[in-house]
Amino acid sequence: MSLASPTSLVRPRPPTNALAFLARFAPLIFLLLLMALFTFLAPRFLSSLNLFNVLRQVSIFGIVAVGMTFVILTRGIDLSIGALIALTGLVAAVVAKGGVTGRFELTSGGIGLAWYWAALAAILVGGIAGALQGVFVAKFTVPAFVVTLGGMTIFRGLALIIGNGGPISGFDENFGWFGRGMVGAVPVPVIVFLVVVVIAGVVLHSTRYGRSVYAIGSNPEAARLCGLNVNRTLISVYALTGLCSGLGGFLLASRLNSAEAVAGSQYELNVIAAVVIGGTSLYGGTGNIAGTVIGTLLIGVLLNGLVILNVSPYVQQLLIGAIIIGAVTFDILIKKYKR
Amino acid sequence: MIGSGSNARGAVSSGGVAPPDEAFLGVHDLTKNFFGVTVLDGVSLSLTAGKVHALLGENGAGKSTLINLLSGIHQPDGGTLRIDGQVVAFSGPTDAQRRGISTIHQEFSLFPTLTVAETLFAGRLPVNRIGLVDWRGIAAKTEAVMQQLGADIAPGRRVADLSIAEQQLVEIGRALTLKSRLIIMDEPTASLTPREVGRLKSVIRSLTAEGVAILFVSHRLEEVKELSDSFTVLRDGAVVARGEIADASIDDLVRWMVGRDLLEEGRHHAISTPGAIVLEVDNLSSRPRSARSAFVESISFAVRSGEIVGLAGLVGAGRTEIARLIFGADPIGSGSIRLNGHPFRPSGPGDAIAAGVALVPEDRKHQSLFPSLPISENFAAVGSVRPGPFGFLRRKAERLALQQFRDRLKLRAAGADAPIATLSGGNQQKVILARWLVLKPRLLIVDEPTRGVDIGAKLDLHHLLRELAADGVAILLISSDLPEILALSDRILTIRSGRLTGELAGREADEESLMRLMTLPKAAA
Repeated sequence: MSLASPTSLVRPRPPTNALAFLARFAPLIFLLLLMALFTFLAPRFLSSLNLFNVLRQVSIFGIVAVGMTFVILTRGIDLSIGALIALTGLVAAVVAKGGVTGRFELTSGGIGLAWYWAALAAILVGGIAGALQGVFVAKFTVPAFVVTLGGMTIFRGLALIIGNGGPISGFDENFGWFGRGMVGAVPVPVIVFLVVVVIAGVVLHSTRYGRSVYAIGSNPEAARLCGLNVNRTLISVYALTGLCSGLGGFLLASRLNSAEAVAGSQYELNVIAAVVIGGTSLYGGTGNIAGTVIGTLLIGVLLNGLVILNVSPYVQQLLIGAIIIGAVTFDILIKKYKR
Repeated sequence: MIGSGSNARGAVSSGGVAPPDEAFLGVHDLTKNFFGVTVLDGVSLSLTAGKVHALLGENGAGKSTLINLLSGIHQPDGGTLRIDGQVVAFSGPTDAQRRGISTIHQEFSLFPTLTVAETLFAGRLPVNRIGLVDWRGIAAKTEAVMQQLGADIAPGRRVADLSIAEQQLVEIGRALTLKSRLIIMDEPTASLTPREVGRLKSVIRSLTAEGVAILFVSHRLEEVKELSDSFTVLRDGAVVARGEIADASIDDLVRWMVGRDLLEEGRHHAISTPGAIVLEVDNLSSRPRSARSAFVESISFAVRSGEIVGLAGLVGAGRTEIARLIFGADPIGSGSIRLNGHPFRPSGPGDAIAAGVALVPEDRKHQSLFPSLPISENFAAVGSVRPGPFGFLRRKAERLALQQFRDRLKLRAAGADAPIATLSGGNQQKVILARWLVLKPRLLIVDEPTRGVDIGAKLDLHHLLRELAADGVAILLISSDLPEILALSDRILTIRSGRLTGELAGREADEESLMRLMTLPKAAA
């Protein structure tokens, strides 16, 4: 029904009924319910120490989930991020330690380079790896699933080659600060996560680039006929996710004081789950960063709460899978019912 | 069921009981609400074997809802449906099909990756003795159906490779193979060329001769007048008039549909002296991508500022391809384009847009709309308002720009943040036009601008195009709707098989002369 009142076009219409409200805030409501449940079962869940713990745990895959949001908005997917985290972590480690030969010694001047070179190397390698995958997706129109599945194996293989199968451990204090340090009561990775979230949120919502990401995901052909550079944008979202993975790889190596080729395994599952639970559609064109943050927190709360409740790790896996499917199904049903 | 000559709402009682003895489908007092809004209010009609009944109304009048109820997609909230006098309730579309009601929707429900033959028999592929699909038999039956339609479409072709007109013929063929007793056709001719419409008409006549009832929905009233026996006009979900088509003039029908008198559509304004040449196309040829795709060859023409040039041709003649070459959407093979006197060779749509060219493509759903985004984003997709530093959007300015177009285009929308899908086809098209007009293009190319658009919006769009021309925009108009081309164009170019076959002054042209140039080889023209 198209109804017009003279001024209605410039005013956004608030959600008119409970269902619309529910559909819009379903992930948030779900998160709050879950927190209430855990608090009821184990009151120490709500302690500020534990909450910061949750935040620290989610910050690394949360950063990558932010990049993944861009990719999924364009109807894409990136399965390679876990492997890329391992690879870039090792790159950072090699740079910081001055090569694989010094793998277990504490660097003390001269041999390795400072933390910022290590971080820069990790982020750059991540960005380049992502961009290369983007080229195959955009220019050669290979399905993103295939490109990044291949990429996943290649990056994991490269990581094994670089680390020669073993870990590289023991970094200087400056390197370790990013993963383990605190600013007041707030862990450093959480601050990095927040900075990434804010920048990405602004870019996506308020810039021409963000608009083209949505447009391409919503209808690539129409986007092309609107003069948008579809290929360049597609390559850029994979590069962006690569950059985020590089940052994540550096932070993980820093937090664990060690980098190895098996790091970051199964990250892709948590990351994709966080984005999708947060309401970003795998069909592209719908979603936002706020949703991804909520999805990230939801997974973090879930992992943390189950540990606090002493649930067996075997059962945890099962529950997490069920809750991912349940949350997304609920979201879809609500949206369908609303219509 | 005699029609009321009155324009007044409710002049026809909706309580009239259809004679059940001869009707195949009797619809009595049908009501449907969506979220408390009554979209169909006590509609009655009866569909008789061997007769064509026209369902008329503007977009939003309730036609689609009625069709969805009759084809089992939705269930009514009140009223009854009778088949052969027996009260029925459909559990779903398949149930309705099983009971002999087949629907050809406006948005085709074809499977793009299947072949023509597979599409016709989807869901009921015949099998041979050992339970394998009988492909040879299917191919033969498909060929027979296509022959009946007068269409030359090989059974093994993939649906995705067919033109829109061909896809629609396949959809009609599917209804034929279902052996339906009632075929509902929602805008079946919207994307067909005159020749194909003629073919469809003969198909409809042969169907009715065999006793099939047809419910025919069309915005093209000449066709309605020619094809149907009786009619029902809906407005705001209720029947406002019905009767025998012979008793109603086209003017009557239009008046009942829109509830107001139409401006005399008439022919184009006497041409104002055209301005400078904006677009000059010289010997333009497309790059052949495959043996099958349309190949535009050695096209030369010019469009002046303030002029509307119509490009007429059958579907597949190369009209759209010409537009896409000028817009940079497809690569140019040879030849040259000059824009405002300067050589112009776009490497992509971005170049064309920067040079002041706008293209409203033919397929709104697949080439224009961003279905998941709100009206405001659909409007601003090309970048209506120049962004600030770092590409920061100026949303306030964008909203103001949209607000200006709302009045100028008579856009009817709930709000700028409403999903674009909530708008009717006509209002969607207005948003798309606004998207381009805000850039103040020097050359506007519109490809089938009023396809699937209700008659009120169509007039608004025609008015707008004339206004733009008067403001000095050069307009290239592509349309399968010959009355539209004739009503708007100062000059008309005809094209056939990728070549220009003629040029007529808008005032001299009529449908006959156009058709001749569109269908005959150049030598004979």
